[in-house]
Amino acid sequence: MIDAYDVLETIKMIEEENLDIRTVTMGISLSDCASDSIEKSANKVYDKITKKAKKLVETANKIEREYGIPIINKRVSVTPIAQLASAVECEDVSLFARKLQQAADTLGIDFLGGYSALVQKGMTKGDLRLIKSIPEAISETRCVCSSVNVGSTRAGLNMDAVKLMGETVKELAYITRDNSSIGCAKLVVFANAVEDNPFMAGAFHGAGEAETVINVGVSGPGVVKAALSKAPDADITEVAEIIKKTAFKITRMGQLVNRIASERLGVASGIVDLSLAPTPAIGDSVARILEEIGLTHTGSAGTTACLAMLNDAVKKGGVMASSHVGGLSGAFIPVSEDEGMIEAVRMGALSLEKLEAMTAVCSVGIDMIAVPGDTPAEVISGLIADEAMIGIINSKTTAVRVIPAYGKTVGDEISFGGLLGSAPIMKISTESPLKFISRGGRIPAPIQSLKN
Amino acid sequence: MKAIITVIGKDSVGIIARVSAECSSYKANILDITQKVFTDTFAMIMMVDTAEMEAEFADFAEHLEAIGKELGLVIKVTHEDLFNSMHRI
Repeated sequence: MIDAYDVLETIKMIEEENLDIRTVTMGISLSDCASDSIEKSANKVYDKITKKAKKLVETANKIEREYGIPIINKRVSVTPIAQLASAVECEDVSLFARKLQQAADTLGIDFLGGYSALVQKGMTKGDLRLIKSIPEAISETRCVCSSVNVGSTRAGLNMDAVKLMGETVKELAYITRDNSSIGCAKLVVFANAVEDNPFMAGAFHGAGEAETVINVGVSGPGVVKAALSKAPDADITEVAEIIKKTAFKITRMGQLVNRIASERLGVASGIVDLSLAPTPAIGDSVARILEEIGLTHTGSAGTTACLAMLNDAVKKGGVMASSHVGGLSGAFIPVSEDEGMIEAVRMGALSLEKLEAMTAVCSVGIDMIAVPGDTPAEVISGLIADEAMIGIINSKTTAVRVIPAYGKTVGDEISFGGLLGSAPIMKISTESPLKFISRGGRIPAPIQSLKN
Repeated sequence: MKAIITVIGKDSVGIIARVSAECSSYKANILDITQKVFTDTFAMIMMVDTAEMEAEFADFAEHLEAIGKELGLVIKVTHEDLFNSMHRI
């Protein structure tokens, strides 16, 4: 017989501590969908996605019922659309986005990622077409997500792309101004983007992936916090141990769902992404874990140290629990999606500068931050460049998902609803990096020795 | 497959009888029961074999959970593999 304590612990994690499978994401290669006619190519894309992922939602729902594990989102990620945009003989490629939305509607999935381009070293005509179409494509669709990789440790940082992305973010904020500039929540600018990430907005199906794969993202900040609250007097070594053990259990659940889902759908099993991904719900916050470790509020001195330990312990616990851990694995620190982060910003405990420092040790980067709507494009580009270089120098993934909320200023707040939450507008330095951003070119790839 | 049924809530007369009767009507064979009452709170963990069951597993789970609501209890029906994967290496 299974141990009664173990059974009750698992039930409690799910019922009271918000343990869930955040997403079952099917990655689908679209490399066979190229055509010089955009209509033909977009139809191929629609047909392939709706055929391959036909049973995704049904299968995930069935697993949810059978295993008693909540599966919050069902998603699809595809080959970066910029590759198809290169082949077509027209400049406006936003039809791809509309077709992706149609496919998402047919399937009943929550998000579809891959309206993406990888331009860390340079841009093809397809990349440029895609980036130029982002404001229209993302504002006209509901669940299509876009990402652009502007730098990598091996290639350096493409400053032409950084400039372009600052302008794109601003334009997207303006086009979706009637809806809290929500378009920007579906666009992420990466450095060192990973090819098997199941989380949005940055999911895409990388070039080195199989035809079709299942990637699973698990979550559970509430479980980690609850486990730590039982050991208020533990020293930090013990705290790290508790986090590791909890991450192990969470990841095992992800591994189980990954195995069952890929078996039933008859596709390759990809990776388990063991991210602590917060939601705006009470008891599902990464910031509250940091407070449980011993900070009055996230943003205080010591925050970066606690987050670094948390991120590392989560990874250590997870890697033994799954044959293939991947994606962005670690602790996410989105502001609008984390109830504890929102509170820290509101009361002035957490600044953008401190957040930037935290991104050097968290799993991704500056995420779901709202800044004043009149922030110039070059300041957004400067923020992207800073964040990207933190990742490039440290050989880690970093990203920027920033919302210059149109018509709003410091002291205001914007609300997106659902998993995206709400965000207080944060102060950002308006000293101008215009000359730096306008120079263009590429920051050379950094040296990997002489580490100091 | 084997499923774990957990029943938690305020103690009253006939909980085990009711849950067992439902299992029997669905041809779910009870393999083991662990049960305790802590002051007023009733907690039971039951392992059942669903091999002979004709109905869909999801229907069985939904039905038992609805019975739980009716009795003022939290009943959950979960595949055994969830616990095995989380707590066994």
